[in-house]
Amino acid sequence: MYRRIRMPAIWREMDQLQREMNRLFEASSGLRTINSLRFPAVNIWTNEEGQFISAEMPGFNVDDINIDATADTLTISGERKREEASEDSRYHRQERGYGKFSRTIQLPFMIDTESVKASYKDGILNIKLERAEADKPKKIAVKSGE
Amino acid sequence: MANTKDKSLDVPKQEVVNTEEMERTRDRQCFIPKTDIYENEDEIIILADMPGVNEGSLDITLEKNILTIQAFVDESYPEGFERVYSEYVSGDYQRSFKLSDEVDQEKIEAVVSNGELRLRLPKAEPAKAKKIKVKAAK
Repeated sequence: MYRRIRMPAIWREMDQLQREMNRLFEASSGLRTINSLRFPAVNIWTNEEGQFISAEMPGFNVDDINIDATADTLTISGERKREEASEDSRYHRQERGYGKFSRTIQLPFMIDTESVKASYKDGILNIKLERAEADKPKKIAVKSGE
Repeated sequence: MANTKDKSLDVPKQEVVNTEEMERTRDRQCFIPKTDIYENEDEIIILADMPGVNEGSLDITLEKNILTIQAFVDESYPEGFERVYSEYVSGDYQRSFKLSDEVDQEKIEAVVSNGELRLRLPKAEPAKAKKIKVKAAK
């Protein structure tokens, strides 16, 4: 901090450079993929009308997936059951996960909970959410002053 | 089996590390499917997690005791939307297993459902152990 006070100009330069570099890297790499530590990993798309969420969750029964929506959150929960193997079998390798999970996603706008549609295909869960009519942005006409 | 502790679901996909022998020609990320393998008296079962894969995109080959699973996934984007957040990339899958001679290679079965591949490798009839008589030298 001492230095910062004494040499503000050069540090300001450095900060500026740092920001500039970050911006460059972000621009070139496009959208960064975040390694999620929570299951399931999700991708989110959005437009003015609503949101589209997809989640990678292989090997589930459709009946074991629950989706709960409130006005501005979406919760995906469920359980992946281990299949019952016979008594005499033994595992060589076990990399897949099992058990219960629950994940809540905060939505950027109010949704129409009645309109939530979900489908599960090839191990990917797709959820479509429509933005609540009342929450949609309103266009305001600008009148010229007379 | 009761003693095996369940692994957590919260483990992200792992990307294939390029080995020197093989290079990929497709400009896609490639992942190693997470796999469980277990064995009982009659068969070996391989279960692999491959989200996004169906019977049309999966390719399983067996050559010289090497069983190779390959899947080509083309990501579908919802039209008219912009991606704002991303935690996973859909990509191809690839993994190979070396089979032992005890597997009856003619009878391997593969089923894929809900992004989960199930391979059944039945064991061949056990070869009878040969007994070699030892004669005493005269």
